[in-house]
Amino acid sequence: MFKSVEELVRTATERGIPISEVMIEQEVHVRRSTREDVVGMMERNLEVMEEAVARALEGVTSVTGLTGNDAVLMTDYIRSGKSLAGDLILDAVAKAIGTNEVNAAMGRICATPTAGSAGVVPGTLFAVKERLKMDRDAMVRYLFTSGAFGFVVANNASISGAAGGCQAEVGSATGMAAAAIVEAAGGTPEQSATAFAIALKNMLGLVCDPVAGLVEVPCVKRNAMGGANAIVAADMALAGITSRIPCDEVISAMHEIGQMMPTALKETARGGLANTPTARRLERNIFGEKENVEK
Amino acid sequence: MKYRSVFDIIGPVMVGPSSSHTAGAARIGLMAGKLFGRTPLLAHITFYGSFADTYRGHGTDVAIVGGIMGFDTFDLRIPQALDIAKERGIEVVFETSDALTDHPNTARVRLEDEDGTFEIVGISIGGGTIEITELNGFPLKLSGGGPALVVLHHDRFGAIAAVTGILARHELNIGHMEVSRHEKGKQALMAIEIDDHLSKDVLAEIERLPQIERVAIFGE
Repeated sequence: MFKSVEELVRTATERGIPISEVMIEQEVHVRRSTREDVVGMMERNLEVMEEAVARALEGVTSVTGLTGNDAVLMTDYIRSGKSLAGDLILDAVAKAIGTNEVNAAMGRICATPTAGSAGVVPGTLFAVKERLKMDRDAMVRYLFTSGAFGFVVANNASISGAAGGCQAEVGSATGMAAAAIVEAAGGTPEQSATAFAIALKNMLGLVCDPVAGLVEVPCVKRNAMGGANAIVAADMALAGITSRIPCDEVISAMHEIGQMMPTALKETARGGLANTPTARRLERNIFGEKENVEK
Repeated sequence: MKYRSVFDIIGPVMVGPSSSHTAGAARIGLMAGKLFGRTPLLAHITFYGSFADTYRGHGTDVAIVGGIMGFDTFDLRIPQALDIAKERGIEVVFETSDALTDHPNTARVRLEDEDGTFEIVGISIGGGTIEITELNGFPLKLSGGGPALVVLHHDRFGAIAAVTGILARHELNIGHMEVSRHEKGKQALMAIEIDDHLSKDVLAEIERLPQIERVAIFGE
């Protein structure tokens, strides 16, 4: 099993195969399964992602009412032709928001790498697929490439907000998406690693401070920014820009920062945005006063 | 390597909103329910760390109870799990604890009925992946290096040999093994890490052994 991005990139480069293929081969080996089975499993995950976005674009609201329908607002805004950022980026933003709105509403999603960060990878994928003329196979490969980078992060750092802050969730997802966009656009494995490094560097220090302890505010909007960030990072790598700090060292830095972060900022809803007067008011509105034991 | 599969990263397919707090919790509940092997009358759940702080907002409560009833991470009945538990006659008690644990997402699940009690401690390490750290008071140390067979059995002469004999006959290699017991002649635990996939037949064969109480597979 590959342990670092360096090893992953080296294997792909030496053998002249894409990163997605390295991931598929490893999965076949670990699972003692067939290539067909492994690819089929990923296809089903892709279908879940498509269903979630479709549901979001019809309009969805969470149980608490804190989040929902922003994907619809963004899609309408894109159609108005007045947008500043560019349709492709905003399409990724809309679909990333949408996936997370479905998640917040306890709908069915595919964690990538987590549920709180489940919008970034599919959001960017569904946004770039037409521009890059991706067929079904390329879309599935996108998920394997994302997965390969997430695999390294999960084993060397963390993909849990409680352990490493939101940088471990949306940050990891952003890097994963950036790396996958590069491969889908025809970039090299090295450029995928660069895109990952650039994307994650811009998410370092991101705290996990969910309002009322819910995966809603600010999670949904952070997925939007992760999607936009991923596309910019991918474009930077494809432009030939490099990262001064190697990808694996960025991952180590993320891990170190996560360990130094106070518990109040790691999914406990004790600090940050969760501790603002408005957040506390929302929390009381939703849950009433906190009880310690409930039956 | 804690994570071995790409589907731990791109996946699981699950009901939102949190992979570690909802999907991970469902899996801890599933493991507890599977090992208890029947519908409990009481499910007593203690949340620690981040679980204790935010379990209601993350659906950790409904997910863990859904898991106990056998609902998988993607089961759309999870949001209604507390109502369904009530209909099935399961009393559910939640407790939070300030006790320090090794991992911020820790839950203790105790299941009870007239015939007995079963307790596990699980941690949710991120992305829906879990580890079981304690089983009926036995600390469980699995390296995560491969699938592990966990066997609760009566501490009797030949019980360990019978299990390892079956593994040997099926040409399954043991990578690491731990045995523990609270006191002589009472309940004991075997945790066996194997290099290969374990088929349902082998599992059933072990389960049929006279000294065996319960068998489960982790990490597959």
